[in-house]
Amino acid sequence: MQQSYPDHKGRYGPFGGKYVPETVMAALEELEAGLKEALVDEAFLAEYEEVLREYAGRETPLTYAKRLSEIVGGAKIYLKREDLLHTGAHKINNAIGQALLAKRMGKTKIVAETGAGQHGVATATVAAKYGLECKIFMGEKDMERQKLNVFRMELLGAEVVPATSGSKTLKDATNEAIRYWVSHVDDTMYLIGSVVGPHPYPYMVREFQRVIGDEAKRQMEQLPDAVIACVGGGSNAIGMFTSFLNEPTVQLFGAEAGGKGIETPEHAATLTKGDRGVIHGSLTYLIQDEHGQIIEPYSISAGLDYPGIGPEHAYLKDEERVHYEAITDAEAIEALVKLTQTEGILPAIESAHAVALALKKARTMTSDQSILICLSGRGDKDVDTIRNVLSETKGESHDEPS
Amino acid sequence: MNRVEEAANNNDQLFIPYIVAGDPTIEVTIDLARVLEESGAHILELGVPYSDPLADGPVIQAAANRSLQEGTSLQTVIDTVRQIREAGIKIPIVLFCYVNPILKYGLHDAVKAASEAGVDGWLVPDLPYEENDEMKKTCNEYGNVLISLVAPTSNERVKRIATEAQGFLYCVSSLGVTGVREEFDARLDTFITAANESSNVPLAVGFGVSKREHVARLHKQGYGAVVGSRIVKEIEKHETMLRDPHQRSKALLQIKTFVQSLVSS
Repeated sequence: MQQSYPDHKGRYGPFGGKYVPETVMAALEELEAGLKEALVDEAFLAEYEEVLREYAGRETPLTYAKRLSEIVGGAKIYLKREDLLHTGAHKINNAIGQALLAKRMGKTKIVAETGAGQHGVATATVAAKYGLECKIFMGEKDMERQKLNVFRMELLGAEVVPATSGSKTLKDATNEAIRYWVSHVDDTMYLIGSVVGPHPYPYMVREFQRVIGDEAKRQMEQLPDAVIACVGGGSNAIGMFTSFLNEPTVQLFGAEAGGKGIETPEHAATLTKGDRGVIHGSLTYLIQDEHGQIIEPYSISAGLDYPGIGPEHAYLKDEERVHYEAITDAEAIEALVKLTQTEGILPAIESAHAVALALKKARTMTSDQSILICLSGRGDKDVDTIRNVLSETKGESHDEPS
Repeated sequence: MNRVEEAANNNDQLFIPYIVAGDPTIEVTIDLARVLEESGAHILELGVPYSDPLADGPVIQAAANRSLQEGTSLQTVIDTVRQIREAGIKIPIVLFCYVNPILKYGLHDAVKAASEAGVDGWLVPDLPYEENDEMKKTCNEYGNVLISLVAPTSNERVKRIATEAQGFLYCVSSLGVTGVREEFDARLDTFITAANESSNVPLAVGFGVSKREHVARLHKQGYGAVVGSRIVKEIEKHETMLRDPHQRSKALLQIKTFVQSLVSS
């Protein structure tokens, strides 16, 4: 089934498409044409690969988590180390690809949205590298929660614009970025951070992230029995899964943010609990109320805190090719501590969701089987949050980081 | 003939105001529909509030938030239209609604219910030409029109969209979102002329039309004018009075005077 989608309308089965105002359509068509040319231009691809290698730090290692595997008992656990990339997460793969494309298309400015700030930092980084003017929209609330990343982006020369509409978080930052882009399409490229948004974004981001799975497949001595990644919008997961979609012996799992539990209203488990609708230009699953108003999701992890999901994931769920399960905040933190203390690897809380799901699966498997986890980012950015959670669990009182 | 088509064809100085249903309350919306009809509006564009209005600027976003806090939903708006009709208000009504609430309601059910309540057309800002087949078919099945938008960036898309336009062709006057603007986009005239050449229906220009001079200029050229944010702003200014039963008629009168001043040239 791989590569037969998206179709010419940007559809993954019924999902995807271009649900955007007419004012954006011409820009999407221009982007589609520019992308099509770039992806068959060997000079472009060679430059992309060179920058990934010499600037971002590819290829990333595959680490066998020996102690963790032994302690859990069951399948052997392998980690694809996207956490070791420049800026600390897989986001840079896509930011480099889109920045090069912007340059190739003659755009001098880039605009992006960010939730926790990881995609914003990656975007500001490539903007600095290529001398592009950069505006990052970030929810006012998220700016409060992620002050350090705001400063990092500003230090890199980007302008961080607070999104003050709606719930003042990632979905609103995305709305604002799109609104800004609509008014400045002539010289500006909108650099989306995940496999979401109108066609061709989900497709483009997949193509710039699939390097994760392509590499990992080469690095594994034999095909893994299971591949696991966390999903917010779903870009590291698509990047990891794409190479394995046509391998029927490989089971694929996505870990969604279960927040405080999917039986509570506080979660971001879009595929487990959401239903069909349109968000940010794409028909997909989303968390909404009975009247079709989008509900602000919750997760301890700002990177998974998104009410929608990439349309390809919606399709893979319905096709039952990928199984999506919700992991709670508590499960993610427990897995994070376990990985840190058995392997000396501190994962991002986002990636810890994938680790938690992997631990559940590993226990039910045998030692001649293997699990490949996409360790999408490192946890340095989360140290404050983790410290607060752990001290709460111990019953101590701690001030919220401000 | 559909009421929107009739109004668009029979008025060479087409005036289409936009308000958000439920801003500040549903009761006031019914009063405003009457006020706008009496002020000389030919078609009423009634906004269904949405949590994530991609095409709207800050003024209409704020109005949508006020309305959502009142608990307004697509169902409420459909019920409001029924009340508007029961109150004897005859102005053709086009619902301006983002696609997600329609899908959640059920596209077919929404169009059917709205049509039975007295809606005459739909405008779905995030349903471009490529995605609007089913909506258009369903609207037409219930005697409604689906209004299409064209933008200065639409270029070769203009022809495709304009030839199939129904009711009136909504021309977005500038890039960006809805809102109050001082000046029009420089490309406006070329683009509107191109749209006019391909269109079988009258043109109405919106997004940024906020002054009497804007309206007069458009009417002089033979185009209709859609005024949204500027009127919504006026409603926002009168929010407290509109919520107060003792001051409401005074506020409505002031809004009426303002709207009339937009169209009297």
